Amino acid sequence: MSSLSTTTAADAVPAVRVHELSRAFGTLQAIDNVSFSVAPGEIFGLVGPDGAGKTTLMRMLAGVLAPDHGRIELDGIDVQHQSEQAKRHLSYMPQRFGLYEDLTVAENIFFYGELFSVATSDRRTRSETLLHAAGLTDFRHRRAGQLSGGMKQKLGLICALIHTPRVLLLDEPTTGVDPVSRRDFWAILYQLREQGVTIVLSTAYMDEAERCTRLALVHGGRIRQCDTPARLKAAMPGSLLELVAADPRAIHGALRHQPGVLGSLLMGDRVHVRVDNATRRMPQLNNFLGEQGLDIQGMEQVEPGIEDVFVALLDEEAPA
Amino acid sequence: MFERLYVMLMKEFIELKRDHWALFRLTVPLLIQMLVFGYAATFTVHHVRTAVLDLDHSQASRALVSHFAASPNFAIVDQPDTPATITRDIDQNKAVIALVIHAGFGRKLGNGTRAPLQVIVDGTNSNTALIALGYVNQIVAQFSVAQPQSPAMIAPTVTPAAFVTLQERPWYNEGLDERWFFIPGVIGTLTLMQVVSLTAFAIVREREVGTLEQIMVSPIRPFEFILGKTMPFFLIGLADIGLVVSFGLLWFHVPFVGNPWILLLGASLFLFAALGMGLLLSTFSQTQQQAFALNFFFVNPFFILSGFAFPIASMPKALQWFTVINPLRYFLVIIRAVFLKGVGLEVLWPQLLALAVLALGMLTASTLRFRKSLD
Ligand SMILES: Nc1ncnc2c1ncn2[C@@H]1O[C@H](COP(=O)(O)OP(=O)(O)OP(=O)(O)O)[C@@H](O)[C@H]1O
Ligand SMILES: [Mg+2]
Repeated sequence: MSSLSTTTAADAVPAVRVHELSRAFGTLQAIDNVSFSVAPGEIFGLVGPDGAGKTTLMRMLAGVLAPDHGRIELDGIDVQHQSEQAKRHLSYMPQRFGLYEDLTVAENIFFYGELFSVATSDRRTRSETLLHAAGLTDFRHRRAGQLSGGMKQKLGLICALIHTPRVLLLDEPTTGVDPVSRRDFWAILYQLREQGVTIVLSTAYMDEAERCTRLALVHGGRIRQCDTPARLKAAMPGSLLELVAADPRAIHGALRHQPGVLGSLLMGDRVHVRVDNATRRMPQLNNFLGEQGLDIQGMEQVEPGIEDVFVALLDEEAPA
Repeated sequence: MFERLYVMLMKEFIELKRDHWALFRLTVPLLIQMLVFGYAATFTVHHVRTAVLDLDHSQASRALVSHFAASPNFAIVDQPDTPATITRDIDQNKAVIALVIHAGFGRKLGNGTRAPLQVIVDGTNSNTALIALGYVNQIVAQFSVAQPQSPAMIAPTVTPAAFVTLQERPWYNEGLDERWFFIPGVIGTLTLMQVVSLTAFAIVREREVGTLEQIMVSPIRPFEFILGKTMPFFLIGLADIGLVVSFGLLWFHVPFVGNPWILLLGASLFLFAALGMGLLLSTFSQTQQQAFALNFFFVNPFFILSGFAFPIASMPKALQWFTVINPLRYFLVIIRAVFLKGVGLEVLWPQLLALAVLALGMLTASTLRFRKSLD
């Protein structure tokens, strides 16, 4: 895994190469001069808040939205000018996959298989495997419109995977999918990756972000940081203290403006406080909370998660 | 490419089959509208309220009045003695039309000189007025012929009573049941409305649901998608035309004297133009609401400016120019001509050519716009 993630564009044609890409909707710059490359076999993640521009970027990669500027190459094929060729190697699952609700599960799969000219025998074995992995085998004759939200999402994924793409684009593929199915889903992705499929996905789940070989943090139409999850965490400015408390909200409010505190994030019954120097600030914060009469059950230094890195990034951009 | 087209078609037909209301929606409203148009859209006017002022009191004048009294088109509601009463009758809407037979009518008729008959009509409802005037002319003509002395010597002069100016308008084929004129028009109009809205809605629906974007990332070419999407509607349109034509023939007994192949050719070209129009509308609509509004905005003027009921020749020049791009206009000429006149290609080729050009233009424009509309 680590060997793959350090692969650079030097030793292979990148599976995806995006060069100075921009797209505006009216006066809104949805994607602003974005460049990156994805090596073959990577699982490349896009994370960012709502409206960051992830979907816009995906749609341009898929060739359904024309960029204002810039170039996109998939395996060296220009998505805009050789779109016919590019489409053959590409599979795109939009945030909301379009299913024909009057068609059954099997008919939807058949339809998308035919559109991509998948050979009949391939389609059969493939759809069996995928249906099984998604736990939809028993529902194959049900109308797509009568599936639950999570099932629809999984059917969308099956339809997107019915042909063997070289590049798979998934826009928030697991939103609304239950945890068990999400695990199955990731098992399928890992399998594909072993077959050499390159995956670009956007996700709102931080545990999924951690599974990516590389991550791009998208905000305001730009890629703010792009690296492996481990290096992103290592590069986070400051260190992280985790406080467990009965009233985390009060702690969060009280500590935010203390000297040395760079940021604070509520996480359930915990508060993640980012400080410039852990050893120096721990006693100071302890004292302060004591003076304020705020009880904590514990305070320790922890490794940051992707969410912390992300929030830190946003904090650095807009200092309170 | 054929397997992609084939699977598109298959999908469309499965969807149609699963839609239990489809058959109902595609046929029943058409037939009902056909019935409504067939019975309601008529120029015949019965029992026009008529006032008669006979200042002549001759045998001839009484005979003329009795001709009117005998006609089912007129109902004599008042026979006053003074012109003032006539004016009042019209003003108070007691009568729509008034006949004034001046003194000397019978004598002049006997002499063989022109005998004037004054006709006063309430022009506020110009349609009824015009139609009633037509009947007056008919009755007067019959009466003149019946006079032994001097046929065709009565000269009715028309005095419009209201501010509306009456325009000359050709009196259409009297012997013909006017349904025969309307039914073919209804067929064309209903088909246009049906096909344009079906096409536009079907494509916009795919856009709304997201399947359109999904399909567009597959190797399918836009024209394959468009073909797969429109061919079923072409067949539905043809079936609809077949249905309403049969209905017109069997129920309303409209004669069909022409060549059915010419009608089929005209109908096919007309349907292509209608499909192109639907497609074009769909490229301007992101949602079904927008498609609905656009459909309403375009199809109604196309209907009004088709010559269905209002003659194109009497429209303002600017509107006449607009009718040049109206497929319904050409199809109405074709379908009426095939039904009623039985003329062939040698007469109808300009209309057929115009339809072909329109169809090609609309389909090309919509295919070109289609890609852009995906953003
Ligand atoms: N077709 C469009 N027309 C106009 N504005 C658009 C269009 N598509 C996206 N935008 C705008 O561009 C910005 C980026 O949107 P985008 O959908 O790419 O965000 P996102 O990162 O995918 O968000 P989310 O996490 O909610 O899916 C938003 O401000 C959005 O309102
Ligand atoms: Mg999105």
